Amino acid sequence: MTRDAMRHVYGWLLLTPAAILLVAFTHYPTVATVLDSLYSKGSAIRPSRFVGLGQYAQLADDPIFWKVLANNAWFALGTIPASVALAIAMALLVNRALPGRALVRMAYFTPTILPMIAVANIWLFFYTPDIGLIDQVLSVFGLPGHNWLGDTATVLPAIIAMTIWKEAGFFMIFYLAALQNIPPELGEAARLEGASRWTYFRRVLFPLLMPTTLFVLINAVLNSFKLVDHLFVLTKGGPDNASNLLLYYIFESAFSYFDTNYAATLTVVLLALLAVLALAQFFALDRRIHYW
Amino acid sequence: MSGIEVENLVKAWGEQRAVDGVSFQVPEGALTVLLGPSGCGKSTILRLIAGLEEATAGSTRIGGRDVGRTDAARRGVSMVFQSYALFPHLSVRENILFGLRVRRVAADERRRRLDRAAALVGLADLLERKPAQLSGGQRQRVALARAIVSEQPVCLMDEPLSNLDAKLRAEMRDEIRDLQRRLGLTMVYVTHDQTEAMTMADQVVLLRDGRVVQAGPPADLYERPATAFAARFIGMPPMNILRRDRLPPDLGGGAGGGWVGVRPEHVDLEGCGEGGGLAATVAAVDYLGAETVVRLHRNGETLMARREGRLRLDPGATVVAAWPRGRVHVFDDKGIRRDGRITAPPLPG
Repeated sequence: MTRDAMRHVYGWLLLTPAAILLVAFTHYPTVATVLDSLYSKGSAIRPSRFVGLGQYAQLADDPIFWKVLANNAWFALGTIPASVALAIAMALLVNRALPGRALVRMAYFTPTILPMIAVANIWLFFYTPDIGLIDQVLSVFGLPGHNWLGDTATVLPAIIAMTIWKEAGFFMIFYLAALQNIPPELGEAARLEGASRWTYFRRVLFPLLMPTTLFVLINAVLNSFKLVDHLFVLTKGGPDNASNLLLYYIFESAFSYFDTNYAATLTVVLLALLAVLALAQFFALDRRIHYW
Repeated sequence: MSGIEVENLVKAWGEQRAVDGVSFQVPEGALTVLLGPSGCGKSTILRLIAGLEEATAGSTRIGGRDVGRTDAARRGVSMVFQSYALFPHLSVRENILFGLRVRRVAADERRRRLDRAAALVGLADLLERKPAQLSGGQRQRVALARAIVSEQPVCLMDEPLSNLDAKLRAEMRDEIRDLQRRLGLTMVYVTHDQTEAMTMADQVVLLRDGRVVQAGPPADLYERPATAFAARFIGMPPMNILRRDRLPPDLGGGAGGGWVGVRPEHVDLEGCGEGGGLAATVAAVDYLGAETVVRLHRNGETLMARREGRLRLDPGATVVAAWPRGRVHVFDDKGIRRDGRITAPPLPG
C-alpha cells in the first residue's frame, strides 16, 4: 500500500471509536425508532407488520396524546419564563459584593446538584396532604389542608413550582458567568450618564446577556419536554393524566402497555417538535443577538 | 463655575490607605494632570471626584459646591475610561447618545449635539459602526465624543491614551489638549506618562503612595523638583542622584550627608578645566540620533550624561564628568529639597 493510502487508514482508525459510539447510541436508535413507528404492534399470534403512517393516524385520534401535549405546553409556559427571570434576578443579586456571597451562590445552586429523585421525594413531603410542610404551615393560619398532587387542578402547578425551584439555580450559574464577563466600567459609565439601575439593565445588561439567554432558553425548552423522573416519584402522570407529560407518556406506552411501536411514533413526534422549537428560537433570536 | 477643590481627601480600604490626605485645586478651564507611578492612588482620586467611590474623609468641591454627598450623575462631570467603556452592542451613534437619551434631552437638541461632537472628533462617517468594527484610536474618539455631548463643565480622563500606539498617542495628545481649550473644559487627566504630563498640563500634581509630592506647572516640576523622587520621576533619562559627601565642592559636594541631583543634559564630559571633575568609567553609549546618552560608573554609583550629536566613546574608557555649580539640586537625607524654593524662576527674556 502506498503511504497515501496508509494515511487514510490511520485517519479512519482514529475516527472509529467515536464513530462507533455515535452510530450505536445516536444514529442507529434514531433511524430504528423512525422505522419502528411505521410498523404495528406485534404479539405472539399476530406478528408486527408494515402499516405506513397508520400509527400516526392513531396518534392523531388519541385523546391522551393531545392532553399530554397540552400539559407539556402549559408546563413549558409555566416553567421557562419564570425560571429564566428568577435566574437573572438571582445572578444579579449574587454578582454584587455582599457578605457571605459564596454561601449564597452555593445555596442557589444546590437544587441543581441534588439527584432528581431525592428532590422529588423532598417535594413529595412538602405536598403531602395534612402532614406535609405546606399543609402544616397553612394549618397554623387555620386554613384547611389540600391534596395538592391528588387534585387535577393543582397537580400541574405543583410540578411547575418544583421545576422552577430546580432549574433557576442551574440557569443562574450561566448568567453569573456572563455577568462576570461584563466590564464594571460599563456600569460606571452608565451611572455617570445618569442611568438608573433599571435603565442600565434594560439598555445594556440584558442585551449583553442575550447570547446566554438563547442558550438557556433552548436548554429550558428541551428540559421541559424531557422531564420524567419527578413524575415517577410524585404522580405517575395522574390523576387522570392531569400531570402526564410527553416523555412520561412515551415511557408508559413502551413499558407499561408494551406498545413499543406506538412509543416509537410518539418519540418521532417529540424529536420533530424539539427540533422545530430549537431551530425556531435559534433563527428568531440569533439575528437580534449581539455576540461580543 | 467648575473649578475643583480637593481637601484632605482620604480613601482607605481597611488598613490600606490608597489616598492619604490629598489636597489640590484645579482652576476652571485648566488641564490638571495627576501623575505618578502605578499604585500611587491617582485613579482612585479621579474616581472620588467622579463620585464612583465614596471618600473615607475629606471634601471635594466642584464649582464651590461640596459634592461629597452628591450622586455621580449630578456632579456635572463626564469621564473617559482607560478601557473606553463603550457599550459593545450599540452603534457609535447610540453610544454617544446614550446619556442624552437617559437624561431625556429633546430629539433635535440631541441631533445638534451629536453632529457637533462627531464633527469635532472626526467620527461623522462612522456613526453606524459597532465598537468592535473600530480601531483603537476611533474607539478613543467615541469615548471623547460621549464626554463632549454631555456638555458637562468638568471632564475626567483616566489614562485615556494608554491603549494606543506611540504615534497615535502623540496625535491624540494634541487633539485632547486642543478640544479642552476650545470647549473651555476643566479637565483632570490621570496618567503615568511624564510626556503626557509635560506636554499637556497647565498644572501637574505628582503623587506617590497616596500623597501629593509636588503640584505646579510642568516647568516647575522639572526645574525645581521638591524631592529626589520628583527629580527622578520626571525627565528621561532621570536625574542623577549622587551622595553629597563623595563629591568635590565644585560639583555641589559638601559635608553633612544628603544628595546632590544633576540632570543628565547638564553633565559635561569634555570640560574638566574649571577646577576638575569626576573620573568615571563609560559603561554604555546609546546613540539616539539627535543626542547620545552615556552611562558612567563611579564608586558603585551610576551617572547618566546626555550630550548633543554623536559622541565617539568606547565602553571601558575613562572620562572626566563635570557640571556647573548652579545646575545642582541639593536634597537632604530624606530626599527633600534643601533650599525649599520649588517655584521655577521666570525664564530670562
